[in-house]
Amino acid sequence: MKVAVITFPGSNCDHDLYKAAQQVGGDASFVWHRERGLDGFDVVLLPGGFSYGDYLRPGAIARMSPIMDDVMSFAKAGGPVLGICNGFQVLCEAGLLPGALVRNDALKFRSHDVRLRVERVDTLFTSDYELGQILRVPIAHGDGNYEADEETLNALEDEGRVVFRYVDRNGEAVESANPNGSWHNIAGIVNESGNVLGMMPHPERAMEELLGSTDGVGVFTSMMNSLSTAPA
Amino acid sequence: MSQYRLEVRVKPRPGLLDPQGKAIHHSLNSLGWDGVADVRVGKAIYIDLEAESAESAIAAAEEMCRKLLANPVTEDFAVALEQEAAAS
Repeated sequence: MKVAVITFPGSNCDHDLYKAAQQVGGDASFVWHRERGLDGFDVVLLPGGFSYGDYLRPGAIARMSPIMDDVMSFAKAGGPVLGICNGFQVLCEAGLLPGALVRNDALKFRSHDVRLRVERVDTLFTSDYELGQILRVPIAHGDGNYEADEETLNALEDEGRVVFRYVDRNGEAVESANPNGSWHNIAGIVNESGNVLGMMPHPERAMEELLGSTDGVGVFTSMMNSLSTAPA
Repeated sequence: MSQYRLEVRVKPRPGLLDPQGKAIHHSLNSLGWDGVADVRVGKAIYIDLEAESAESAIAAAEEMCRKLLANPVTEDFAVALEQEAAAS
């Protein structure tokens, strides 16, 4: 599995993603945002951070980077793209995912572990989890409040495109488990064809027991397994 | 060609939760302005632009809003001409 980790000025989770991909046996490379071409890559990862200092809106400037034209074509051709945190914001700004991530409702930057419920296990990114499994994964963001128009939100629910939801210890998507005000406790969604996932929490920071959780590993092994079993 | 200065206003769409506006609203109330019923926080962007006419300057700025300056999911925009400088 050849993995491209796109690095923008201000990305700060690119090395974590690189290491996570390598940990599951992927062959990762950094691709600088000014480079062109993603030929030969099986997966594209958009890292967390503060690309362009979050100027204008998080992800708005990064979305205009030269490499994003290639990320768009890669995604439209069905290539798997995973955007985490700022990567999710970039995917929304680029229109690869619907909606937008706005300021957390409590105006606070939230940096702590959350519980996520896995809502879909038939995606490239979640096949190694159990349906309804509760994961413990960190978040670290100030703009993670998922918003969209009513039509889009209803479509996301009707089509089962919510992949991760913030839940409490009982696995319930209650308001007190929602760190940012996201509609219906949405933490991660996929596009219509299921090959583009955006999520605010950081599975790449939950890869080692020593660091508190290994619950993020499944995202990377799922991709690895899905891609190695896919017909060539 | 003339030089134009445009003011682009970008504000959160009606109905969208604006936590910054809400925080400021509470602060104004606690300072004694009980009459403050709502506060919304947007931003203003000033653009100096060379264009054929005021109309084309405004049209260009509106296109900039659609492509970059505003997010149609969460924000509305308005473009206004601030001033026309002498042609250079």
